[in-house]
Formats: sequence, structure tokens, C-alpha cells
Amino acid sequence: MDIHEYQAKVLLADFGLPVPPGGLAYSPEQAAYRAREIGGEKWVVKAQIHSGGRGKAGGIKLCASEDEVSEAAEALLGKRIVTAQTGPVGKIVHRVYVEAAVHVAREIYLGFVLDRKTERVMVVASAAGGMEIEDIAHSKPDSLLRVSVEPAVGMQSFQARELVFGLGLDPTLMQPAVAAILGCYRAFRDLDATMVEINPLVVTSEHQLLALDAKMSFDDNALFRRPAVAELRDKSQEDPRETQAADRGLSYVGLDGNIGCIVNGAGLAMATMDMIKHAGGEPANFLDIGGGASPDRVAKSFRVVLSDPKVEAILVNIFAGINRCDWVAEGVVQALQKMTVDVPLVVRLAGTHVDEGRKILAASGLPIIRANTLAEAADRVVAAWRNDRSTRKNKKGTKLS
Amino acid sequence: MSILLDQTTSVIVQGITGRIGAFHSAEMLAYGTRVVGGVTPGKGGTTQAGVPVFNTMKEAAEKTGASASIVFVPPPFAADSIMESADAGMRLCVAITDGIPAQDMIRVKRYMRRYRQDQRMCLIGPNCAGVISPGKALLGIMPGHIYRPGRVGIVGRSGTLGYEAASQMSELGIGVSTSVGIGGDPVNGSSFKDILELFEADRDTDAVMIIGEIGGPQEAEAAVYVRDHMSKPVVAYVAGLTAPKGRRMGHAGAIISAFGESADEKVGILREAGVTVASSPSALGETVRQVLRKQA
Repeated sequence: MDIHEYQAKVLLADFGLPVPPGGLAYSPEQAAYRAREIGGEKWVVKAQIHSGGRGKAGGIKLCASEDEVSEAAEALLGKRIVTAQTGPVGKIVHRVYVEAAVHVAREIYLGFVLDRKTERVMVVASAAGGMEIEDIAHSKPDSLLRVSVEPAVGMQSFQARELVFGLGLDPTLMQPAVAAILGCYRAFRDLDATMVEINPLVVTSEHQLLALDAKMSFDDNALFRRPAVAELRDKSQEDPRETQAADRGLSYVGLDGNIGCIVNGAGLAMATMDMIKHAGGEPANFLDIGGGASPDRVAKSFRVVLSDPKVEAILVNIFAGINRCDWVAEGVVQALQKMTVDVPLVVRLAGTHVDEGRKILAASGLPIIRANTLAEAADRVVAAWRNDRSTRKNKKGTKLS
Repeated sequence: MSILLDQTTSVIVQGITGRIGAFHSAEMLAYGTRVVGGVTPGKGGTTQAGVPVFNTMKEAAEKTGASASIVFVPPPFAADSIMESADAGMRLCVAITDGIPAQDMIRVKRYMRRYRQDQRMCLIGPNCAGVISPGKALLGIMPGHIYRPGRVGIVGRSGTLGYEAASQMSELGIGVSTSVGIGGDPVNGSSFKDILELFEADRDTDAVMIIGEIGGPQEAEAAVYVRDHMSKPVVAYVAGLTAPKGRRMGHAGAIISAFGESADEKVGILREAGVTVASSPSALGETVRQVLRKQA
């Protein structure tokens, strides 16, 4: 789960990370009020969306008066911002963060990630702050400093000092910098984060250390024990179909193609997408309906897949293990009797009680194209999609009753 | 022979009185697995699926002499159960539970290192389908009837895609020595490489199929091992060629977040190491058949 910059700053400030004074605003008036509250002569108004690269996309504005703050907020609120990370759809700004502007003397990159190779928390720092970590790794790999944290004892002060001196920070900044780095580590550990990124961490011309931006992601599997973190979820920043699916216990990721997929198991779901591509089609989504395929879950899956207007054909691929094909077939038939699916539908069943399952599909009288193997299923759904597309060029969308 | 598990392995089920634990205990017993007891704290002294239930793993190990366990404990308590299993002297622990926090798994892995390597428990999973040595024993949740006994090893992250591979092989008359699901989590007990080492040393395994997916460094690590140490042919498939970067595809670990973690890149790395990569997921069985023919 991702959170907003202002939320990350509130959390990290509690652990000792110095941040500039700032406040959240939902309207231009509120933004101007925040600027007055903060004081000073210059402010930054920052669009709060779940994405990096906001500066380049026009999501961050420097202002020299309260009027300018109000205008900047007016311009940003409700706007759709498209960054390299959001994809072409972009993300809508519902809140802005107003912060005191500072004079930057130097910028540093500081990141904490869960490193899968060492299975430890890895701390990464670079003197080339302000750039994306991928770009630093690509163009200035020598500037990257790495520290691996021993999980039994946690990050030690000497490790933070090694980073501070490795970055060439002034010795007078050693104490606050060590406190900031260790604070971020404790936040990572205590809040079950999977990523903390301070980019940039700056030294101001007044010789002060401040986090100008902060990003945090959290382990979804640990949210049950971090209720305060779970509350920070902002559904407006997520794909509504993914949210809807997640709320129904389904794992869904929307893609750009036309062939909807309903599959049990994450690996088989990815393989089914690959197979569609191999057969000349493009998958519209990833969808794992989980172990059992009850009528209820199958029906929910159809609704989620069909809520994507791009979907022009559907492939259901279920490998029944402990659940049985006849139960799955019953589920598909019952779901289809309650709704209209007016795109071609291919169903492939395999595994336990497969013959009984296929018989149920055949006997249902529903317009289901059946397939026995994975290759057959992909070929048939792509052929049916092409055929259907050429016969109903003007008809668009799908109806649900 | 087979790896990790056979008909002589005696097993304790952790979380045996839960709905899922009880169901799969019965399934495993029906397949012929020697399930000799279960653990549910507070339910010691009762019986479930015809075997005694104990309060602690230590007690269960002492009274039954079991050497393996399987974990069906809910995510908040699963890491604790795995460590309890290691401490009770189990040699093998299969963790089925999906949804264990990553930092819990980091602690589990760290805890296991307090035992010398030759005495360290082998952990499979979490978030996996388990281990099956067809015709001998099943320690997991897979449908046993789709696997034929034979001489090809399977190691993969995914459950149902593993079933797909096994059934394609069965259709072609190819059997399996042992199939191991290492699970879809970012921090897991055994890696592809760990399992490849066991298959390489197993006299009754002639070839191995790796079923990988996007995310993480373990397929690349396996490729290096195959290139430098494997004498047996290895076939692979990597799921997620159409998966976009930065999006989690179901499994907690199935996300492309660094260079070398996409399916394309992994396929390239495996091919370079001499692994035969299946062109599509419908060619898993056929690719194994071709490799076995070439070897014969």
C-alpha cells in the first residue's frame, strides 16, 4: 500500500526525521490560510498523488505570495496529473500540501528497501540527490553507498555514520543526520514498510538538514497489525476496478488489451495472459479468483472483468485441485444464468472431475465455447474475439442485467 | 528415492484443528502420508483425523518421533509456528499459509541460522502448494492424482501452474520424482537453487523443470547454479511475459522492481546458462519430452 507525501512526513517526523513546516489543503482558501499559518515569504504547493516525478509533470509550484498559493492550489486541485509512473490515465489531485520553501545548498538521496537477494533491509544513499534512483544507478553507480542491516540487532549508529561521512556531509551535521537515518530505519521496521525514500534530503543554505520529499510503501500482509497505517489508504488514488475487486477478495490488475481473463492461481493467471499474447491477442487484465470457484466468486469475477469497457471476449481458465471441476462448472452456469455476457466466452476446465464439469457446461445450453487445453483455450478466445469484432463493429460495450 | 519426502517421513500438522488443517490432514492421510500427530495450542489431548493433538511442537516431536511438519496456521501466528518447528528439531517444514508479513519471514530466516547448516531445518514456502513425491507421500494441498510417479523433478513458485505442468507431463506419460512448490512470497524458505542442489544429488531424478515468474533474483541465481554445477538437463518456463513493470500480480513477490526481474530478462539469463526454456505455457510437457529424448 502506498501513502501520500504529507502522510509519510507526519509518520517519519514522529521518528525524528526533520521536515519543513507544512499543512494540508482541500481548497484554494485553505491553502492560503495554511501559507499564513506557516509564515515566511515563499511556499511550495505540492499536488498529493501516489506517484513520483510530480515536479516534471507540473505538480509542484513555487509561490511568493498568499494569492499565488491560492492560484496554484486552484490550478492543481481536481487536475489530472500524468507522470512517468502513473501511466497515460494519470491521477487526480484531491488535496495539496503547502510547505515553507527553503534555500537548498545540496541534495542527497536516502532510501530503505527490502532487498530480496540478502533478505534484509538495505539502506541506499547517494550524493546525487533529486534524481530517480534508477537514473542514479544507471548514470552514477559509483555514488551509491549501501548498508545492509542485520535483522537480529537492527541498524547501528556506526552504519549511519558510515553513510554520513561517505556522503561527505559536514561533521557538524553528523548528529542530526545519524538521528534522521536511524529514525527512518525504525519507522521502516516498526510500521512494516517495504520502502522508505527521502529524495531529496537537503542541506539548506542555513546549514539545516531537511527532508523535502518523502515516500513510503507498506506490506499489505502486515496491515492487520498496523491499523493506524491502514487508515491512511486513499482509494481515490487506486484503479477503481482493482479496489472493487480487492474489496471482494479477488486479485485484479487492469491492463490495456481486449481479452478478459478469469483464472484460479496467480502463476496460472500470468501464464494464461502469456498464452493469449502467444495466440495473437492482448490480455485486458490479470485476475486470480483464488482457490475455490464458488458461483458467487465466479459471478463477482465476471462483473469486475466486464466493468472494463475494453473487454471484447472472456477466457475462464480453472485448474481444479481440491475444488472440483463439476462444482466450478455449476458456478459458471449459475453465474451466467443471472447475468448477460454479450461477448464471446471461452471456458477451459482441467483437473479433478473434469469430465463431469465439461458435461455440465455442455448440458447448460449456454453459448459457452469449450476448450480442453491451455493452447486450445487461447486460440479459441482470440479467434472468437476477431470474429465477433468484425461482425459487430458498431456495437460497443456490454450489458449486465 | 525422491527428495525431501517419502513414505517413511512422519509428519506433524501445525494448526490441525482448523478447518483447512483438518481437511488437508485427511487428504494427506488418504494419499498415504504418515501423518502421526498435530499441534494446536490449548487442544492437546484431543484427536483429529485419527491422530493425537499436542499443545507444543516439542511435545509432539518427543511423543511421535516425527521429522517433518506442515503449517496451516493463520498469517499473524505462522512465523512463530515455523520457528517452533525449527526449535523442535524438525528437518523439513512446509508452510502453506499465505499472507505472512515480509519482516516476519526475515526474522524466521535469521532465527533458523542459529542452527548449524547440517542441522538446520529445510523450510519450504510460505504461500506454497507444498511437496509431493508421487506414489509415496504428499505434504501439501495439491491434488495427488494428477502426478504420475517418475524421474523428473519439478520446482516452481505457483500452485495451479505447477498442476498444469504436471498434468501436461502425465498426458505424455512422463512421471515426477518430487514436485516442490517454493511459494510466491518475496522472502521464502528455500530458493530454486536450494531445490536444484537436492535434485542434482538425487539418483532417481533425471531432469528438472523450473517454473519461475516475474520478480526477485532467484531464477537468475538458479541459472548460475545450473551453468556451474548441474549435470542433469533443466527445462524452464517463466510466467508473466505480459506483466507490466511495477504492478503486483497476485503473489506478494510477483512484481518487477529491479533490472533482471522481468520474464523476458529471466528467460534470457536462463537460456544463456544452458537451460531449455519452453516457448509457451502449453509446451511445458512437450519441452520436457524433447529434452528427455535428446538425453536418451
